[in-house]
Amino acid sequence: MDRVRQQTERLSALFRDAGAVPVETSVLQPADTLLDLYGEDIRARAYVTSDPVLGEQMLRPDFTVPVVQRHMADGAEPARYTYQGLVFRKQEAGTGRASEYLQVGYEVFDRSDPASADAEVFALFAEALQGAPVQAETGDIGVLIAAVAGLSTTERRRAALLRHLWRPGRFRALLERFSQALTRVIPSVRAEVPEIGMRSVAEVEARLVALREDAQTAPLDAVELRALQAVLEVSDMAPIALAQLREIAQDLPAIKPALDRFEARLAALAKRGVDVDALPFSGTYGRTTMEYYDGFVFGFHAGNPVPVATGGRYDALTRVLGQGREIPAVGGVIRPELLEALL
Amino acid sequence: MIKLGIPSKGRLMEDTFAWFAARGVTLARTGSDREYAAEVSGVDGVSLVLLSAGEIPRELAAGRIHLGVTGTDMVREKMPLWFEKTETLAEMGFGHADLIIAVPNFWVDVETVDDLDAAAAAFRKEHGFRLRIATKYHRLVREYLQKHGVADYQLVDSQGATEGTVANLTAEAVADITSTGATLEANHLRMLSDGPILASQATLFASKVADWTDCDLAGLTRVLGLENTDIG
Repeated sequence: MDRVRQQTERLSALFRDAGAVPVETSVLQPADTLLDLYGEDIRARAYVTSDPVLGEQMLRPDFTVPVVQRHMADGAEPARYTYQGLVFRKQEAGTGRASEYLQVGYEVFDRSDPASADAEVFALFAEALQGAPVQAETGDIGVLIAAVAGLSTTERRRAALLRHLWRPGRFRALLERFSQALTRVIPSVRAEVPEIGMRSVAEVEARLVALREDAQTAPLDAVELRALQAVLEVSDMAPIALAQLREIAQDLPAIKPALDRFEARLAALAKRGVDVDALPFSGTYGRTTMEYYDGFVFGFHAGNPVPVATGGRYDALTRVLGQGREIPAVGGVIRPELLEALL
Repeated sequence: MIKLGIPSKGRLMEDTFAWFAARGVTLARTGSDREYAAEVSGVDGVSLVLLSAGEIPRELAAGRIHLGVTGTDMVREKMPLWFEKTETLAEMGFGHADLIIAVPNFWVDVETVDDLDAAAAAFRKEHGFRLRIATKYHRLVREYLQKHGVADYQLVDSQGATEGTVANLTAEAVADITSTGATLEANHLRMLSDGPILASQATLFASKVADWTDCDLAGLTRVLGLENTDIG
């Protein structure tokens, strides 16, 4: 236990030395914010409790949301924060995973140079984990988002795909459906059936219109579809992966700006002494985690399915929680208990 | 002594009595109608415990009863790792009920769980909150919707009269047990066409965590004409 405490202290000191201000957050967090953000899945994963005055509360399942809220409320820019403490996650019975565990985190809110901020966080984590038998993995959700946003199809289809980017099964099913001509017979509203509930007949009509329009939509372009699938299949050391993505961009030019950001990040990483030639990149990395990362994603693994450290860029989250304001943000957490177990 | 837990009232209790009677084992309540005591004849070494059907999974999981009769739906909803804690001895052929998702009948645009997902996205945009599904089967419904990649919904708890929640504006859709569909129809609801989340029936479960010392399970399964099962 003492070693874990020392490890936690060491990480926290490292993050403070890097310029982070220590912050604390409540263990009890309002459930509605988290539910709105993560959806019903979080209810299966977080401990929900109720308070007669505060209403439904959750034992914090992560620090990111309260730290972002705090920054959006009264933070000066740029800002670097660090925190340490327990988070609580229900685990499926039989997995043996801890349901409460320590996290030490580092978050950067800085709009000046995103590539440099990405590199700063990654390099700091690599330094913190030096000597531990861990392997870094990286990805870029931003490339994936750009690939979908660049498909030449209807806005509705792009939105449907983007919405399910984090659910690979559903995403694949949508791609399949959008690649074929539709045969579905679209019904009409029947006046004799009573209208009940809050979803109105107008909303049903609106969706029928959408379905009819969709039935007229041409299948996805085969070249673009192949390009999108190729993006998902990229898995190599970062510079080679980038070269492969550049190839793919010939068929899907919309990903070029995201690739420029990827390239700038690699340069920034190299500048900080990271050996990018030995840094694995995968087109799907980070895709099944919590759905707030929207750019660079990384993790440090040690054979175990649960990574020792994870992080990434979450610009969109600050937009959601900032009520109109936003700031580019990147950060991550290390789990000192898992790290200590490796040493 | 084998402790057998069975539902303490209603149709499920009567059908359970009949199922055992057909196999030469008589279960009977003793004392007054209101007293929850019972006796067993036709086989030795079995004592009867009358319980609410909803409590039987908990008692099986705790090993306080060796055998229990309850619906598959109850066991799967209330018992994490049910497959490690129980063994199915017999599906009893009654108490059939399907756990289904139903939407208002006038939603002609929603036939499948796929459509429900798309409708939920549009609903959230329009109303500013996630489409509500009323149920008491939180675990089963959530697992099902997660597996099918449905987003933008929320579960609201409803322990009874679930079919009324849509008309009462406390939910947009329901997930509940139905056997004939008559209650759904009366409430202007229609089930999705993908098939049930779970097809449930009354089932005789054995607890794998109970202490089986001095229990003659082989003797009982022989009398009941069931396959011999090695528990624990």
